[in-house]
Amino acid sequence: MFDYQFLIEVLVGGLLSGVMYSLVAIGFVVIYKTSGVLNFAQGAMLLFAALTFVSLVERGVALPLALLATLAIMVALGVAVERTVLRPLVNQPPITLFMATLGLSYVIEGAAQLLWGTQVHGLDIGISDVPLDIVGVFISRFDLFAAAVAGSLVALFALFFRTTRTGLSFRAVADDPFAALAVGLRLPRVWAIVWTVAGIVALVAGLLWGARLGVQFSLSLVVLKALPVLVLGGFDSIAGAIVGGLLIGAIEKLAEVYVGPLVGGGIEAWAGYVVALVFLLVRPSGLFGQKLVERV
Amino acid sequence: MRFRHLKFALGVVGVLAFAGAPAVHADEQFFPLQSYRVGPYAAGGTGFFGGFIDYLNLINIRDGGVNGVKLTWDEGETQYEVERGVEVYERLKNRLGVAAWNPLSVGIAYAMIDRITKDKVPLITVNHGRTDSTDGRVFPYVFPLLLNPYSETSGIVNYIASREGGVDRLKDKKIVVLYHGSPYGKETIPIYKLLADKYHFSVEQIEVPHPGNEQQSQWLSIRRAKPDYVVLRGWGVMNPVALKTAQKVGFPADHIIGNVWSNSEEDVIPAGDAAKGYIAITTQASGAEYPVLQEVIKTVYGAGKGNLDDKKRIGSVYHNLGIVNGILNVEAIRIAQAKFGERTLTGDEVRWGFEHLQLNPARVEALGAKGLFHSINVTWDNHEGDGRVTFQQWDGAKWKVVSDWIAPDRASLRPIIEKSAAAYAREHGITPRTSGDDPVSQ
Repeated sequence: MFDYQFLIEVLVGGLLSGVMYSLVAIGFVVIYKTSGVLNFAQGAMLLFAALTFVSLVERGVALPLALLATLAIMVALGVAVERTVLRPLVNQPPITLFMATLGLSYVIEGAAQLLWGTQVHGLDIGISDVPLDIVGVFISRFDLFAAAVAGSLVALFALFFRTTRTGLSFRAVADDPFAALAVGLRLPRVWAIVWTVAGIVALVAGLLWGARLGVQFSLSLVVLKALPVLVLGGFDSIAGAIVGGLLIGAIEKLAEVYVGPLVGGGIEAWAGYVVALVFLLVRPSGLFGQKLVERV
Repeated sequence: MRFRHLKFALGVVGVLAFAGAPAVHADEQFFPLQSYRVGPYAAGGTGFFGGFIDYLNLINIRDGGVNGVKLTWDEGETQYEVERGVEVYERLKNRLGVAAWNPLSVGIAYAMIDRITKDKVPLITVNHGRTDSTDGRVFPYVFPLLLNPYSETSGIVNYIASREGGVDRLKDKKIVVLYHGSPYGKETIPIYKLLADKYHFSVEQIEVPHPGNEQQSQWLSIRRAKPDYVVLRGWGVMNPVALKTAQKVGFPADHIIGNVWSNSEEDVIPAGDAAKGYIAITTQASGAEYPVLQEVIKTVYGAGKGNLDDKKRIGSVYHNLGIVNGILNVEAIRIAQAKFGERTLTGDEVRWGFEHLQLNPARVEALGAKGLFHSINVTWDNHEGDGRVTFQQWDGAKWKVVSDWIAPDRASLRPIIEKSAAAYAREHGITPRTSGDDPVSQ
């Protein structure tokens, strides 16, 4: 007899894992939305943020102070990236900017290890991972906490983009950078703020992923989890990042548990990419992405 | 005037050329090190190569080398990548007096087998590498010292049997093997099946795709399977994630048995409380209380020549593996010197030393390593050397040994190894040796 309770458990587990993917994907979306750059260095930024935070704490810095200091460092990193990498490459083709972020990811990874060492660190953010037993279905407290954080982050971004002058200027730049420039918006300033916001997202995601995996080099690999999410949800939609994350998380887990045993297992890593590829053929702009209309 | 300038320029070029050439001394034995101190596996690399270099330094500082032959080394960074490992090999292979290669990487080791066989220099793959390279008749230059993957499997099953009260109590037990989705992870699949048939327990083997940072579905399947034990055959980030996810689904940590690449501090510290009670196999105990470690601290670190930046890592699992690896390499040289003379040896002569590397518990004690590792007995056709294993349990702060030294059931595994080695010999046109004195075919 089919075990529906187990199905629900797998589905819930998948959705909650998907939230973690969304957290990484949001960092990509924020930058892509305003500058059209697919920032491959997002994973490296996440590693850098988590490693900086945990290294400061291990050196005796109080938690709130370490958090503030890391935040300040991520802001400085964002501004530095805009000044030294993006500004000189303005008006270059997207592939040039993408390659620049690819290079940047190696630089940040190397700098993180040079600065803080290569050791693996544990990170306890005080959330117990003993499961909640809800009618026989085990649900992770930590994943629920992560989902709440992601939800709050999205709500904050929605408010920011809709109600603040800076948020509105982001949207203007995203819609048409030349028109935004023509009405007096300062693009470099907007981009510097965007990279700062991406740095803050990296810090939040880094702390949550770091608490899950330990703070180590592999943290930078979590970008690979975000890519199918972006294809599915759309590269320029925060709502898309959330929905895409949930879908990819659920599909991965269901595929691994129900299809995996039929084909030898281990399909989780690429099941999400298969779905993303199929989706790309049907709807290239993703579920929530803006359709590109070009006058020719 | 111009002539003077020319003379000066030639002089500078000459000096630079001399400075750039490798220093050549008659009484030196050289270790080329394909180390990885940056990248995803740097934590393991810095520990292992740090321990290895610390031991070589100890021999140089305390004893003036091995019978007066100074030990030297040079590192090439591989980041654990095969192509970089091969590049380092090509760069360092022509240095004078290469003793042995110790890459601590399955991928790099596989890529080097043909090369080191042609160049007649031993390749040491302590606790890892090709299982069939145990058969020295076919693999004269490869030494998977102490423990190959099949022996590790047998050691783990024997330990579970001892916890259950004997091998007959394994009947009707259920074991899940959670393995890394790589050739390394898959290598023991047939052996678990073989031992399950032999001892009548059931086994389910579940793959975790690389790198293993998501394991929710695998552990939900484990919870549904309700096994008595889970064997963790992991690597890198897969290990702490396994322990954390096990806690999420309520599986007890003291019923998870880690393999030899899931047994370090780097595997448990990131898992926090979820790792408390977790048990793992090892060939060398951790801790710095052993005389040889005390000597390293006093002599090497006391002289400011210690290799680890963080002294708290002295005595960690990877550091101690490096120390034991150092002991095995140095003793092989010492044994070879007794036959060939106290001078710089060729790689082939060092191979002979490894093929006669017999350190009984008394000799291990004399080396200051009693309790650190048990013994080794390498012969020309058995390149693993019948090492013993022990099991350690993580108490939240350190590893504690929880078993005696256990001997894997090697006799029943040897026929499978020989069969695989024979197939390799056929494919590569190798004539297996029939005695240790036979010339080595290529």
